[in-house]
Amino acid sequence: MSLTTAHSVVAPSANSKRIAGTIIVLYALISIVPLLWIFATSFKTPPDSIAYPPKILFQPSLEGYCNLFTTRTRQTPEYINSLGPATGFCDETTRKRNMVIAGPSNFLPRFVNSLIIAFGSTFCAVFLGTLSAYGFSRFKVPLADDLLFFILSTRFMPPIAVAIPIYLMYRELGLSDTALGMILLYTAVNVSLAVWLLKGFIDEIPREYEEAAMIDGYTRLQAFWRTVLPQATTGIAATAIFCLIFAWNEYAFAALLTSGTAQTAPPFIPTIIGEGGQDWPAVAAGTTIFLVPILVFTILLRKQLLRGITFGAVRK
Amino acid sequence: MLNRTAENVARATPEPLARKVRGISDKGLAWLFISPTILLLLAINIFPLFWAIYLSFTNYRANRPNEVVKNLGFANYQRILGDKDIWIAMQTTAHFVFWTILLQTLIGFTLAWLIDRKFRGHAFWTTLILVPMMLSPAVVGNFWRFLYEPQIGLFAYAISFVTRIPPTDIQMLSNVSLAPWSIIIVDTWMWTPYVMLICLAGLRSIPEYIYEAAEVDRASNWRQFWSITLPMALPFIMLAVLFRGIENFKMFDMVNLLTGGGPGSTTEVASITLKRQAFESWRTGYSSAFAIILFVAVFGLANIYVKALNKVKQR
Repeated sequence: MSLTTAHSVVAPSANSKRIAGTIIVLYALISIVPLLWIFATSFKTPPDSIAYPPKILFQPSLEGYCNLFTTRTRQTPEYINSLGPATGFCDETTRKRNMVIAGPSNFLPRFVNSLIIAFGSTFCAVFLGTLSAYGFSRFKVPLADDLLFFILSTRFMPPIAVAIPIYLMYRELGLSDTALGMILLYTAVNVSLAVWLLKGFIDEIPREYEEAAMIDGYTRLQAFWRTVLPQATTGIAATAIFCLIFAWNEYAFAALLTSGTAQTAPPFIPTIIGEGGQDWPAVAAGTTIFLVPILVFTILLRKQLLRGITFGAVRK
Repeated sequence: MLNRTAENVARATPEPLARKVRGISDKGLAWLFISPTILLLLAINIFPLFWAIYLSFTNYRANRPNEVVKNLGFANYQRILGDKDIWIAMQTTAHFVFWTILLQTLIGFTLAWLIDRKFRGHAFWTTLILVPMMLSPAVVGNFWRFLYEPQIGLFAYAISFVTRIPPTDIQMLSNVSLAPWSIIIVDTWMWTPYVMLICLAGLRSIPEYIYEAAEVDRASNWRQFWSITLPMALPFIMLAVLFRGIENFKMFDMVNLLTGGGPGSTTEVASITLKRQAFESWRTGYSSAFAIILFVAVFGLANIYVKALNKVKQR
């Protein structure tokens, strides 16, 4: 059978394929271990998480998730016994450690901040980016190349360097530690990516569609709305996800410019501490909840990934 | 055909109606579409940049807003260029950028080259390998602190399991000579897939017929690799190096969370120095000058590099 199969002269031999496959699978498995460890740690009890040797098999527990969403205070056993029966799993687990739940932690508000800021800035960046990309793609803009390079060059700045004047400016304008300030900042950072990516996507849509629509009596604006936008949906969606991932993952600006009400999850998660140091199961639980949306998006995006990470420079 | 129809329509349309149908002129629309983006960037990027340039010539301190601001001329710049600590930070940054890029390029290209054999299931494993680079460097980097814990950490345990060094001796984050490497390891783990993905695109862009011709000429595999694969993938490799170079020159989040620049200042890269000067010592004028120097450095290096890249592409 294999004798009659026509092989391209350059096709890799079965043996080389097997070796390549083995190495890749090994690399993939090893590189995924830290992520699996985050996931596993989130289901460990605090004693299990710091056991030596590190425990691979353990009794799963939701204590990390309980600790993530609550703050607790240590109490005497007498006091705990004087309380009524425990209300729910978290209450019970906490009491077993001689503690009572004092209230909700800041994780949920920080997570909500992340959602508001990421979605808000993504919407603005994609909105502005789509308009500009269409402008650059279809019209003769004077100095177009210089403007496009200017838009990209804003990405060369180290975030800390940008943060110094932004910090002063926001202090003057009353935008320090506000969601609006962060949305504006992330929009400005993301719009360069959005313009570059979307210009590539819109360049690929033949001009003939709009021209035909305009001959049919549409104005340029209507033609843009009715023919270009529907065709650019995939590109816009992919761009939006890239902007969302950036805003979701961003740490430097968030750490320097937010401290309280507008703080996002990335600067918050490292500050989760329990008694006597970092509460690793709670940190792992927060990290897991934080990472899951990105995992889903990565799988959705895998075909567009290359384009997104190179600002549209490599399209394949 | 299409043009003639358009002309006929245009001729048949009465003048005022034609203007009405067209709505805003193309030129007007172009500016209407582009100006919001430009205005936003001017407000959030360019205005602050000029403000930073102004501050860099002063002794302004953000924690003392009411103090009289003195104009220092180029004194801040002179002090930075003569500051030994700044030069050490630049060396640390260069060391970090050099090793991460070298490792990521070598491993990333090798992985891409192997994946290009198209073994069964390669698409699935490629996606799996790509996962780390999409995650938040801060949040995941933070968790690596746990993996690096001398005794209870998985990394230290695995190393001691292989090397038989007692696990309490593997102080990845607090040992002066290991701390820089602990950051290089995490960065390489996270961003090798990035280089791999771009290299893979490069390898896949090489047309099959070139290899077929080489095969006909009985070129050895070794020779094919050096004369076809590598040179043709080179622009892609260089592009990946450019992007990683810029990113790692700006590196802040992972270092800040893993070591915070320590122990001492052994992992204090430029961004960490900048943060310490600007947001801990509050030397706003001085740190603005340093920020401008960094910006000029990245911008200049990137420009030189892009010129080289274009030369390679043209070959």
